[in-house]
Amino acid sequence: MNTTAMSVAARLESVVGADHVNGGSESCAKFGVDGAAPSVVVRPVSSAEVVEVARFAKSEELALIPCGNCTKLDIGMPPARYDVALDMTGLNEIAYYDPDDLTLSVDAGMNLALLADALAQQKQFVPLGVPFFEECTVGGTIASNIGSSLRPGYGSARDFLLGAEFVNGAGTLTKSGGRVVKNVTGYDLHKLLIGSLGTLGAITRLNFRTFPLPEGYGHVGSTFSSVDSIVRFQTMVSKSPLSPSSFEILGPEAAKVVAGFQGDRDSGLPSWFTQGTWHVCVGFEGVETVLRRYSAELMQYAEKCGASSGDLLEKSAEKSLRSGLRELIKLLSRSGPAATIFRINTFPGFSADVAMLDALAARFSIPSCVFATSSGPLYFALQPDDLNDKTITSLAQISSGVFEYAAARNGSAFILFCPTGLKRVINIWGPAKNDAALMRRVKNAFDPENVFAPGRFVAGI
Amino acid sequence: MLAENTARKPLHRDVIRGLQNVVGASMVLHRPEDLLLYEYDGSVEKGRPGAVVFPTTTQEVSQVLRLAAQHDVPVIGRGAGTGLSGGALARTGGIVIVFARMNRILELDLENQRAVVQPGVVNYELTRAAEAGGLYFAPDPSSQKSCTIGGNVSENAGGPHTLAYGVTSNHVTALELVLPDGEICRVGSRHGDSLGYDLAGLFVGSEGTLALVTEITVKLLRKPESVKTLLAIFDRVDDASETVAEITARAITPAACEMLDGWTLRAVEDFIHAGFPLDSAAVLLIELEGLAEVVAAQASAVEEVCGEHHAREVRVARDEQERELLWKGRKNAFGALGRIAPSNYVLDGVIPRSKIPQALRRIQEIGERYNFKIGNIFHAGDGNLHPIVLFDPRDAGQYQRAIEASAEIIRYCVEIGGALTGEHGVGMEKSELMPLLFSDDDFDLMRRIHDAFNPRSALNPGKIFPLNKGCGEITPRAQVAVRAIPL
Repeated sequence: MNTTAMSVAARLESVVGADHVNGGSESCAKFGVDGAAPSVVVRPVSSAEVVEVARFAKSEELALIPCGNCTKLDIGMPPARYDVALDMTGLNEIAYYDPDDLTLSVDAGMNLALLADALAQQKQFVPLGVPFFEECTVGGTIASNIGSSLRPGYGSARDFLLGAEFVNGAGTLTKSGGRVVKNVTGYDLHKLLIGSLGTLGAITRLNFRTFPLPEGYGHVGSTFSSVDSIVRFQTMVSKSPLSPSSFEILGPEAAKVVAGFQGDRDSGLPSWFTQGTWHVCVGFEGVETVLRRYSAELMQYAEKCGASSGDLLEKSAEKSLRSGLRELIKLLSRSGPAATIFRINTFPGFSADVAMLDALAARFSIPSCVFATSSGPLYFALQPDDLNDKTITSLAQISSGVFEYAAARNGSAFILFCPTGLKRVINIWGPAKNDAALMRRVKNAFDPENVFAPGRFVAGI
Repeated sequence: MLAENTARKPLHRDVIRGLQNVVGASMVLHRPEDLLLYEYDGSVEKGRPGAVVFPTTTQEVSQVLRLAAQHDVPVIGRGAGTGLSGGALARTGGIVIVFARMNRILELDLENQRAVVQPGVVNYELTRAAEAGGLYFAPDPSSQKSCTIGGNVSENAGGPHTLAYGVTSNHVTALELVLPDGEICRVGSRHGDSLGYDLAGLFVGSEGTLALVTEITVKLLRKPESVKTLLAIFDRVDDASETVAEITARAITPAACEMLDGWTLRAVEDFIHAGFPLDSAAVLLIELEGLAEVVAAQASAVEEVCGEHHAREVRVARDEQERELLWKGRKNAFGALGRIAPSNYVLDGVIPRSKIPQALRRIQEIGERYNFKIGNIFHAGDGNLHPIVLFDPRDAGQYQRAIEASAEIIRYCVEIGGALTGEHGVGMEKSELMPLLFSDDDFDLMRRIHDAFNPRSALNPGKIFPLNKGCGEITPRAQVAVRAIPL
């Protein structure tokens, strides 16, 4: 620790106490982002302490990055400045839970899996079927807006986040929304926090609507020989009375990754799951009769589209598949030294998207896979064998191709995970969009001194 | 409140002439007798504009805003004027832009379940247009046959079926906006996902205080396979409200769960003849939607809960005609009450659903103390209360007492963990009560967001913020003494 860092650490100790400040190099390295490490890690245990840290940072012109368990800290551009890691895991309790009202208020640093366990005791849950589920925090899940496999059935976080409490760049504790399921009192500032990557402030508490745990789960997995037949199947399901809880489309390589997921499962997936073909996994919930109906009708639709299907109603196999699908992004992000995952929002035109992405990857001879959630984004994962200058150059050219394609389709794309080297040559957010000036107005309102996570977000925010 | 701002000075003739140049002389109202109607919306508030204009294009809206900015005149957006919080009223005078002529459905993409509409499209008209594809627009305020989607977006409107499907913001994916300086911009995407902050989420429900909305992309939902509508009849209000709490606690999720107390339903029945039992203390109108198997199971669970809470009878609508009649009774209730009192004040508090029984008891007690009959007809399933205070506005004393009784009810909602408004918006009606929920620091951030888009308070001044914590030049008036309650 250099002299300046020592001085910052010492002064932060006076703010939150010595026990909550760590300037050790190992600790700082854990909170490193794209090669930039903070000079000190501070772990407040109350929102009042977060306020004090934010005020300190503001007055000292230090840059703060709020962190949970650091599972998705790599999302975003390298920080323009990074002095203090704000470890939010010290705020980790359920602040309020009214199971009879199906509403919940939870500290942002609480582990998501622990929260799920607590809610399960009341046979309830928050429908965040997200990767890194076992190790991530609730706050990090919301701040990253990482994709949820349950989106087709339950929507995304903006559909069930009722309110939030957060410390903004002015160093004040503020709130938005409330704890009731319907509320239009004041501006919906909590919606802005979703996916903000810590650039608007540090989330201290989140209020959710909870949902009853289903009586049972099921999945139908189908293998398709062409992307066009998947689109036909998807249309058929969307026009049917069925409303699946999840709908995952897996390219051949993505299916292999899911099949290889071990997790806590005690039984394997069916052998047909690893074949080198396109897969669609449709998840559904309910009582036995409902599960059987979903299963029969989905298999019928798949057959009409030329696919062969199998259902997974048996508990352990179904849970294995569900966990594998949920963790796919995590598995791919750790699949190699140069793993790169794009998140692409175009609408509609899945067949054309896949053809273009496959062609791009093939041109540079980089192994790739595609996967998507119905009603959600399309993911394009590249898995180069090694990381060197040539790889970075190829990835940069592919990135330009993806950004151009998305823009031409009136959509958008960004890179969720990639090697730091790629971020040095391209902007992972792609070219600036027309709404960049509006985004900056929001940032300036929340964080006028640019204290929080500077330089990591869209439009240079 | 009621008497505020009825005698604003007229707009300078240069402004009127400028407006006429933009939209044509016949599309500008400025004579006092023409402006009278626009003093009102569905609330008890009043505010007379200096002029009313009816643009047909986004460009015209932009030009009106530029002109207004040049002359430092405020601008207020207005749909059909059905709002219940004074959101579309010209609190400090100015120009009201009525979107009635921007009423085209620009695109109906049935395949991908999206529609692109202008703000003046009437809510129900979109559902009618989408019906051919088996789709509909989910937000369904009681005023859905007259209110506009632009108004729904501004207020983040709800309706009975938001219990299952969410409010307007859950169904909006993109917006075209005009900022106070006339700049036209777009936020969100057709898909629903876009890069950066969720600006569409911010603008929906901002009550016309950040920008004016000129085009809206919405999701359309598929009609369910099966619908069952139940009417549960109770001899005691407590039994009905405890039934709602129990349905929620057992995690049964109806598409809608509405409650009418006996006094209200008798007024409705006299007018609509929906078949509500005249001798009951309360009814619950419960709608279940989804797969036939799910609906059947839920209906039986609901009937069981109703039985355990002493429902006298649970009727099931036999056909679509009977179902529509029951809903007609519910959705026209406020109109029906107009037959028995010169005016009514509809509140919009929200509370945790587990606390509905105690809240209804408190509302009754407050009514007795202030000597008002307070009816209740509301979205019980999501705890969104609509107590209705009947009063005669010609009696100033009565009006004042009605306001005080209403404020006491709203305070109680907040005290038990609720909020000021579930779907009607803050507007000018509840702005002075905002400090019940928000601290000075909360207001400071909201004000910074306001000023980021509307720095001179050119758009809809005097809304959302209490007058002494707001933005722009509004004459302060006595503020209700309130204190923020923690989240």
